Amino acid sequence: MPTYLRPYLRTTGRALTRVWLFVVMFVVWWTWSAGSKSLYFPPLSSILKALWDQWVTGPARAELASSLEHLLAGYAIAAVAGIGFGAALWSLRYAREATAPYLYFLYVLPAPVLVPAAMTLFGIGFTMKVVLIAFAAVWPTLLNTLDGMRGVDSVKLDTSKVLGLSRARNVFQVVLPAAAPQIVAGLRNSLQVAIILMVVSEWEASSDGIGYYLVNAQQSFDYVGMWSGIIVLAIIGIVANLLFVVAENRALHWHYGARAVEGVSR
Amino acid sequence: MTEGTGTPVVSLRHVAKAYPSAAGVRVALRDVTFDVARGEFACVVGPSGAGKTTLLRCLAGLMPPTSGEALFEGAPLRSVPDGIGVVFQDYGRSLFPWLTVTRNVDLPLRVRGMRRDERAPRVAEVLASVGLADAGRQYPWQLSGGMQQRVAIARALAYRPDLLLMDEPFASVDAQTRFELEDLILRVREEFGVTVVFVTHDIDEAIYLADRVVVLSRSPGVVAEIVDVTLPRPRDQIATKADEAFARYREHILGLVMSRG
Repeated sequence: MPTYLRPYLRTTGRALTRVWLFVVMFVVWWTWSAGSKSLYFPPLSSILKALWDQWVTGPARAELASSLEHLLAGYAIAAVAGIGFGAALWSLRYAREATAPYLYFLYVLPAPVLVPAAMTLFGIGFTMKVVLIAFAAVWPTLLNTLDGMRGVDSVKLDTSKVLGLSRARNVFQVVLPAAAPQIVAGLRNSLQVAIILMVVSEWEASSDGIGYYLVNAQQSFDYVGMWSGIIVLAIIGIVANLLFVVAENRALHWHYGARAVEGVSR
Repeated sequence: MTEGTGTPVVSLRHVAKAYPSAAGVRVALRDVTFDVARGEFACVVGPSGAGKTTLLRCLAGLMPPTSGEALFEGAPLRSVPDGIGVVFQDYGRSLFPWLTVTRNVDLPLRVRGMRRDERAPRVAEVLASVGLADAGRQYPWQLSGGMQQRVAIARALAYRPDLLLMDEPFASVDAQTRFELEDLILRVREEFGVTVVFVTHDIDEAIYLADRVVVLSRSPGVVAEIVDVTLPRPRDQIATKADEAFARYREHILGLVMSRG
């Protein structure tokens, strides 16, 4: 085998490793469900047809769009507020100590139980959903930011002082970048939470979104539609994660580069 | 080399430093007094636990002494002044891995509000001085240990400090690289006319580099003796170390370090 082919073969091999199980499951589902007459277990072919008719070309596009709007707005607020408040708590020792028990309390509180409360406070519209998503998704980022900033190497902080960095520069040019790997891990958790809350916030007393569509389909015995909605959610999760990984690899290329040099495998 | 004119760059007056610890109070420095004149190369040697790093942190203004005074150019050190550059032992921890070599070196210049068109040639100049003219676009972690420490030296020299403090800077590189870096620091010291205080546990290194060696005694740190090193310059790794006088300095200083006085 010519050596120049090896990297390509390795990449192909890795891709196959990741894909084969999906292919097998798809084939099994497809053939197993092909002749199904059961209302609860519709053939995959009709689910995929509904996926196309409803979500790609049909009326459910509006639900998809409004869900994504909620998700984007809520997640963006959570990310900015998480990093901002995390950094603020890092620099204000008193505020940190005063709020620590409550932060933990809010963090462990399962956010879905807040749906009724959020409804009474903000109604059932856009605001309620965005507030709920942001509120639930803010904690992983906030706590990871605080933790990451507190864990910055003392030599880096000394170096920052020696080089004459002001307090603000120290935060933005040394502490935040040094904490970035942990902040990004928090942002990733926040993204998962945001997607969950996107659906949950649309379940009850809502008039739009994928969650609304799902519940509606289920209650009107449209199981084909329900399954298509679940697949759409899975696709949203996968795509959001992929975009996240691409952004992460760009932002943290130095981190992974340095770790690869140190011989730490990813 | 020891001009001794004007205010000393650094002056320590009965500096003591104690830390609270589980077993009461741990004394790192008991009573340290010495001056470093402008242009001088002073090495601080001592056995481990003699308080070398504590001493350097007091000199840098990173830590106030418990008693006594640390003066930089006549003024008491309260924080790190603009005129001090520091090279830490662990380059892997002191360089910023998210910045390229150029941007690492550029950072203190930006902090000082230098204009972009002045900064670029200055960065290129110091990188060339440490033999890294072509490494600017790389990241520190893409370089060897010795090269990373050169980046740290370049960064410390970029803003032309009056005083360069070095805390066992060559302790984590191999012997070969260490000799190269020793000669490099002697050369850039001439080139930039900077005063150097260099902390090391290696007696040979101290004698090879220094105009004066401050010998700390066993813990807790007091100055055992300050030894003037009058070996001719420029120094040479082979000739200087083969000199009989070099051997006498080594014997004398080793005796001071080992004694339990």
